[in-house]
Amino acid sequence: MSQTAVDVPPKGGFSFDLCKRNDMLTQKGLKAPSFLKTGTTIVGLIFKDGVILGADTRATEGPIVADKNCEKIHYMAPNIYCCGAGTAADTEAVTDMVSSQLRLHRYQTGRDSRVITALTLLKKHLFSYQGHVSAALVLGGVDITGPHLHTIYPHGSTDTLPFATMGSGSLAAMSVFEAKYKEGLTRDEGIKLVAEAICSGIFNDLGSGSNVDICVITKGNKEYLRNYMEPNPRTYVSSKGYSFTKKTEVLLTKITPLLERVEITEVGEAMEE
Amino acid sequence: EKEEVRLDFPPSHRRRLYLVLSLPSTFPDFSSVRKSSKLYSENPKFPMSIFEYNGSAVVAMVGKNCFAIASDRRLGVQLQTIATDFQRISKIHDRVFIGLSGLATDVQTLYQRLVFRHKLYQLREERDMKPETFASLVSAILYEKRFGPYLCQPVIAGLGDDNKPFICTMDSIGAKELAKDFVVSGTASESLYGACEAMYKPDMEAEELFETISQALLSSVDRDCLSGWGGHVYIVTPTEIKERILKGRMD
Repeated sequence: MSQTAVDVPPKGGFSFDLCKRNDMLTQKGLKAPSFLKTGTTIVGLIFKDGVILGADTRATEGPIVADKNCEKIHYMAPNIYCCGAGTAADTEAVTDMVSSQLRLHRYQTGRDSRVITALTLLKKHLFSYQGHVSAALVLGGVDITGPHLHTIYPHGSTDTLPFATMGSGSLAAMSVFEAKYKEGLTRDEGIKLVAEAICSGIFNDLGSGSNVDICVITKGNKEYLRNYMEPNPRTYVSSKGYSFTKKTEVLLTKITPLLERVEITEVGEAMEE
Repeated sequence: EKEEVRLDFPPSHRRRLYLVLSLPSTFPDFSSVRKSSKLYSENPKFPMSIFEYNGSAVVAMVGKNCFAIASDRRLGVQLQTIATDFQRISKIHDRVFIGLSGLATDVQTLYQRLVFRHKLYQLREERDMKPETFASLVSAILYEKRFGPYLCQPVIAGLGDDNKPFICTMDSIGAKELAKDFVVSGTASESLYGACEAMYKPDMEAEELFETISQALLSSVDRDCLSGWGGHVYIVTPTEIKERILKGRMD
């Protein structure tokens, strides 16, 4: 107990303290909790000047929609973005971790990050956890060697493709890409195709829904179009709102006044030579 | 020596006895009582979820320069109620509150860990944590236990810079879900989603927000056997914290 008593931030990695207790509970017949999954349709495509990434915005917890407008396109570097499908905590943690590693690498080398660097860091991490870190990613970016698009599977395998889809809606989106993709698309054609692919995922796959997010990355420039399309607005919004005829019965009220936040600006004196 | 279980204990002792029973592996003396505690469900085809062991309901809503966070008050061991005044919402500092739903033992342990880390932060930085920073801290602590998680789901609510309200919830491994209107958690979460979706309006003042969140909470826990016995509502504005206890159905 003396070693675990101090809960200072550990050196890193996972801690398996509660595994034994949780196993005991599962053996007794209690079901483990379900995690927040992003059912998802995520896509990427290479066009004339760079890469376009697209994603839907629904996060599910079992059959219930937990978040109607979540962000699935994660920042990795100024010229690299990554879409994530699978367990939400895993995609967020893995992309945050590799994003920090890329930044440190940029400081050390003094150069812009390359997409294959991000790819190698991600696949090494995912393979070492043998698929238990359930993150399926579409990684895209433009670096000094040109535009790149990769897919990464939870067990650590990767593909390099001109157009890619992942997630539960990947088949719906891939059908649109296979029919309409051609090389040398312009920016507007590319965005239209990506939006169409995500919409087909949103309407046909139950695990994807809500709005379309798009990210366009070109050499030296990136544009994150959050909620580019909103094909599912709230249908009936009552203008009157809800009125409560019977008020709630309060047993006890305790009011704690908060102190005013006072900003103290100290006038500094010049340092003596 | 087997300890005799006496049924004429005063209520406070009986409560402690049952809480101890929720850790059977280290207390072999209570084996005869353990069999009747029904930790396992009768039908192996429908295992009970670990979140349904204690029962809980927590909801947070955003208003105009204020926020509200509310929870139910029941603590149960499966279908038996053992306390009707359980604190699920705790104050981290004057402007950040955290409500934890799920297994009660993990609720209390996680709360103690978070208060510890916040106090360390206060000593080092000489100021309180912002709610966004605190949410990242909770997320990191939960993800650290990715393969053997704390069995609870937090709801974090706070007032950030410029008195802008911030709410977020997470699943048990730290996947943050930021929302601009309301967040819910607990066994009554499905009813809470529906009630909040219907009753919520943007930019409500403190009193109207209190009424809305209380009605949403009470109507949702009425439809859930495992949560209820009243409500605990905190309305936080830049000038005061109002804590109110609601009267609900006592079944």
